[in-house]
Amino acid sequence: MDWVNAIIQGVLTGGLYALFACGLSLMFGVMKVVNLAHGDLAVVGGFIALGVIAVTHVPVLASFLIVVPLMAILGYVLQRTVIQAALNRSILTTLLVTFGLSVVIENGLLQFVNADYHSLGVNNVIVSGSFNVSSQIQLPYLLVLVFAVAVVVLLGLQYFLSRSRYGRMIRAVADDKEAAQLSGIDYRHVFGIAAAIAFATAALAGIAYGMYSTFDFTTGSDTILLFAFAAVVIGGLGSLWGTLVGGIVLGVAQEIGAQINTSDQLLAGYIVFLAVLVLRPQGLTARRA
Amino acid sequence: MTLLEVRDLTVHHGQLKALDQVSFAVQAGEVYAIIGANGAGKSTLLRTISGLNQPTSGTITFDGKDVTRLRPERRATAGLGMVPEGRRLFPSLTLEENLRVGASYARPGHWNIERVYELFDWMRERRNQRTAQMSGGEQQAVAIGRALVANPRVLLVDELSLGLAPVVVQRIYAMLPQILATGITALIVEQDVSQALRVATHIHCLLEGRTTLQGTPADVTAAQVEAAYFGLAKQESLLWTGSTPLSRAC
Repeated sequence: MDWVNAIIQGVLTGGLYALFACGLSLMFGVMKVVNLAHGDLAVVGGFIALGVIAVTHVPVLASFLIVVPLMAILGYVLQRTVIQAALNRSILTTLLVTFGLSVVIENGLLQFVNADYHSLGVNNVIVSGSFNVSSQIQLPYLLVLVFAVAVVVLLGLQYFLSRSRYGRMIRAVADDKEAAQLSGIDYRHVFGIAAAIAFATAALAGIAYGMYSTFDFTTGSDTILLFAFAAVVIGGLGSLWGTLVGGIVLGVAQEIGAQINTSDQLLAGYIVFLAVLVLRPQGLTARRA
Repeated sequence: MTLLEVRDLTVHHGQLKALDQVSFAVQAGEVYAIIGANGAGKSTLLRTISGLNQPTSGTITFDGKDVTRLRPERRATAGLGMVPEGRRLFPSLTLEENLRVGASYARPGHWNIERVYELFDWMRERRNQRTAQMSGGEQQAVAIGRALVANPRVLLVDELSLGLAPVVVQRIYAMLPQILATGITALIVEQDVSQALRVATHIHCLLEGRTTLQGTPADVTAAQVEAAYFGLAKQESLLWTGSTPLSRAC
């Protein structure tokens, strides 16, 4: 029964990892930008949520109503300024610039906030409670909620990309941005919208992680970004549903590793990550290499 | 009325001078054909007019306004439509989605997706197919439709016949009168000289980035076109009169 429980926990944690990963995957898919600051931006979302809750006393679950739009605006602005300026030079420059952004954010947080660990919604029943399916199998409310949020976000993104006018423009620009310009589309604006969506999902990921665990100024690069990368690579680069598949595989691998030996949790995840890179580099869901 | 005017346009690709002091004016209602061999600078000229390439010097005036420094998407919404070389469809989008993207910032006018389906009647039943699975001729038709739905005033068409079977090229050119009848002015780049002479009201020959001949098809002789196209000296070209594939085509 311990194993069944481990796998269920792993699947649910996969939802959290999919939230980490989908914005990273979207930005890579649309503008070929590997955003090395993605995890730090999620942490920024977490810190903004802390601030919002401290000032307005809204419940943690409502904080996203303020944090997500703020992060979306930040995403649009950063894309139109710093990231676009890097893109105008070369794709490789974006790696340096987003790495720089990551360093700036972490040191900024250290300077202006503090180096303590923080978490969100400590006394909330969502964070502490769980459905008791049997004596051995418990489904924490939080993980079930986060998994549901991840599925809703992915469904919403898929619907937006396939049905809406802006979604169609995003796909057109991802295919061929010159041809899109000839149709009157300002691809820089479309990139900005894609970045706004990616940052919004990063904000959700940051709030979810703050409730799930604790975070400090380095959590973005040493945990969230790494798990996001692993989920994207396992699932398949540029595939939205691949991030959920990748997240689930990573989550299950980690939980199984933890069952074998608590200290093997992270190692097991990265072994699967490396195995996928070697055996199926296009990822589990990609149809072609 | 002069709709599009290019004056002293010089464009560099790095060190290479792709266009050297090219000037011409396109009147409303014309079919203006740019001809020339590979590397003559035809595509560079069209890409510069649409804004995808930046000129080193010279000006581009559209409808009386200087558009030389305008971004490509602003030129498109102002009424400069383009069917790019190699068609450049959006491969992950369906046929209809390609047309819808083309209509994203459409000007008001005759053309819409329904009218494109009337022009190319095979499109309606294949509207939900991805264009990557279509033949070259079909893709070219979609590329034309994508440009038309924006209701351009000037349609720039780059190498319509490239990579297509002659019969397919004929079929697409046969649609041209219907398109022009809606009040669109066309600036076409064509490697196939006989095709250009058949449809154009004005031809303009480029050789290594420089203008070598301009005129109406009635004004120019086959020998002149040949000399301008290949850059042969006058007496040399006389030796070849009537015996080259090109002059036979003319």
